[in-house]
Amino acid sequence: MTLRTILTATVAASVAFTAVNAADLKGRGASFPGPVYKAWTSEYFAATGHKVNYTPTGSGDGIKSIKKRMVDFAGSDKPLKADKLVKAKLYMFPSVIGSIVLSYNIEGVKDGELKLSRAAVDAIFTGKATHWDDALITKNNAGLKLPHEPITTVVRADKSGTTFNFTYFLNKINPDFKVSKKPTWKASKVIAGKSNSGVSANIQQIKNSIGYIEYSYKIKLGLPAAQIENKEGLFINPTVASFQDAAKYATWTADNDFYAVIGDPAGATSYPIVAATFILLPTEKTEMNKKVTAFIDWAYTHGDKAATELGYVPLPASTKDEIRKYWEAKKIK
Amino acid sequence: MGANLFRNLSFFSATLSFFLLVGIFAVLFTYAQQSMQEFGFDFLLTEEWEADEDDEGGIFGGYIPIIGTLLSTLIAMTIATPLAMGIAIFLTEIAHDKIVKPFSIAIELLAAIPSIIYGMWGLFYFAPIVQLTIGGNGVGLLTAGIVLAIMVIPYMAAITRDSMNTTPDVLKESAYAMGATKFEVIKDVVMPYSKGGIIGSIILSLGRALGETMAVAFLIGSIMSIPKSITDPTTSIPVLLANNFAEAQDLEISSMYYLALILFVVSFAIISVAKFYFLGRNK
Repeated sequence: MTLRTILTATVAASVAFTAVNAADLKGRGASFPGPVYKAWTSEYFAATGHKVNYTPTGSGDGIKSIKKRMVDFAGSDKPLKADKLVKAKLYMFPSVIGSIVLSYNIEGVKDGELKLSRAAVDAIFTGKATHWDDALITKNNAGLKLPHEPITTVVRADKSGTTFNFTYFLNKINPDFKVSKKPTWKASKVIAGKSNSGVSANIQQIKNSIGYIEYSYKIKLGLPAAQIENKEGLFINPTVASFQDAAKYATWTADNDFYAVIGDPAGATSYPIVAATFILLPTEKTEMNKKVTAFIDWAYTHGDKAATELGYVPLPASTKDEIRKYWEAKKIK
Repeated sequence: MGANLFRNLSFFSATLSFFLLVGIFAVLFTYAQQSMQEFGFDFLLTEEWEADEDDEGGIFGGYIPIIGTLLSTLIAMTIATPLAMGIAIFLTEIAHDKIVKPFSIAIELLAAIPSIIYGMWGLFYFAPIVQLTIGGNGVGLLTAGIVLAIMVIPYMAAITRDSMNTTPDVLKESAYAMGATKFEVIKDVVMPYSKGGIIGSIILSLGRALGETMAVAFLIGSIMSIPKSITDPTTSIPVLLANNFAEAQDLEISSMYYLALILFVVSFAIISVAKFYFLGRNK
């Protein structure tokens, strides 16, 4: 009898829970901003009582789901060009800026000690440099003892917006490198891991490896990361300050739904591998879109602290205002 | 009335498994059509797997994952089979009664460990050992093969032990009475008697090794390249499917169904051949 009571109660509770869930906002997509969206949604719930569910499944999945109208909004690290947006009937705007670091596992080389010039990054990921004591790498690292060991590059096993933004930077250094969410890597020793956590785990396990991961994973796991040479020829440590400097150079306009890839910005103090992440909305669902923009508007106003703590960079105030005007123009605010 | 109901129920259960098999095959076959028409049988020999920039097409080929699946399974079976046979023989014929029970329980518990745990253990503990002793990156074909072997040993050993236990004592005692040594009894009485069970255990383990996903995904390196040495990273069919399914569209999805169909047919073929050839001849 007690068992039956418990079962009935459980079923009733889960039904009630589902009913509440139906009114929530559902989002899916990019895993790159996953941690900051998670912080925003829980703070938003605490402040307003509105629930937003965001599942970080990957940019490609986000685009696919919003095209099929399976979710209320989608996240994507790869901006869509105007013609694609028109075809799929979508609105687009950026939400936050993040960055990609090159994390390594070399015995005796601590966080921030390794300096990688643009030529060295290119040589490592195209396979021109096969050992850590390659002249291209040692040239800028006179004080370090780099071993004569083969370089293992760790990349993403799945298609990824992070890879898209990293290859965008590689393409800026070496135009032969194709921008892609999952390129065919030409480096001599390559290992792939699924998602940022898979890549991080591989870097931790494999000696003399290097790989690209989102900054918050470097912080969370305490992985060492390299200084990267920026457009002005200076070596820059990945820090929130250098990301903020980089973000100032992004140019966005509402005319093309804020389409912009912001990697490799100008500025002497800018960290070079930064990336914006975007929100996609279905054009015809005006009422639902108003709820989504209300959430994002709240995040623009109140979410900067959470974003900074997690290693992201909030959008510049002027960009936020542009986006608010864009919402008003589209009548979704 | 009751008997009739029971008869119908059991008939339903039996036919359900058959229809599920046919249903799964039909679904895989239908979804794979787009890719089959695009690539045909060249799919089996194409080494590339790259989507176009806008995700709407590309070149997809199954050669590398197919080779990777077969090689990792081969390594696993080569290691697991002799070890599992040894365990079973030890437990049924050699070990003292007092230690049989704890050993048997330990083996059965090994079989109960979820594969993700083997994957994590393999990556964080075992891969560095392989890198240190044999070389390579730590993750690769060999590491995946060895961990796969460890995963299938409990199945193989437990089933083989059970089938060896069915050997009637009379047979063994008669052999001993004729002056046979322990080795001869095992070789000429126990093994032939339990041959069906032994082959069955190998087939079941083979099926598990072919389709294992999580542990292998952690350990094989997930790289689309042909391994040149045994420690090189490569990929396998289930690993490629697990890594790419969420992000793929159109032709790529269809190509994945094509790969799944190939895995399905290969497993099915191996199991049927083994079953009809070995077990049929045994009768």
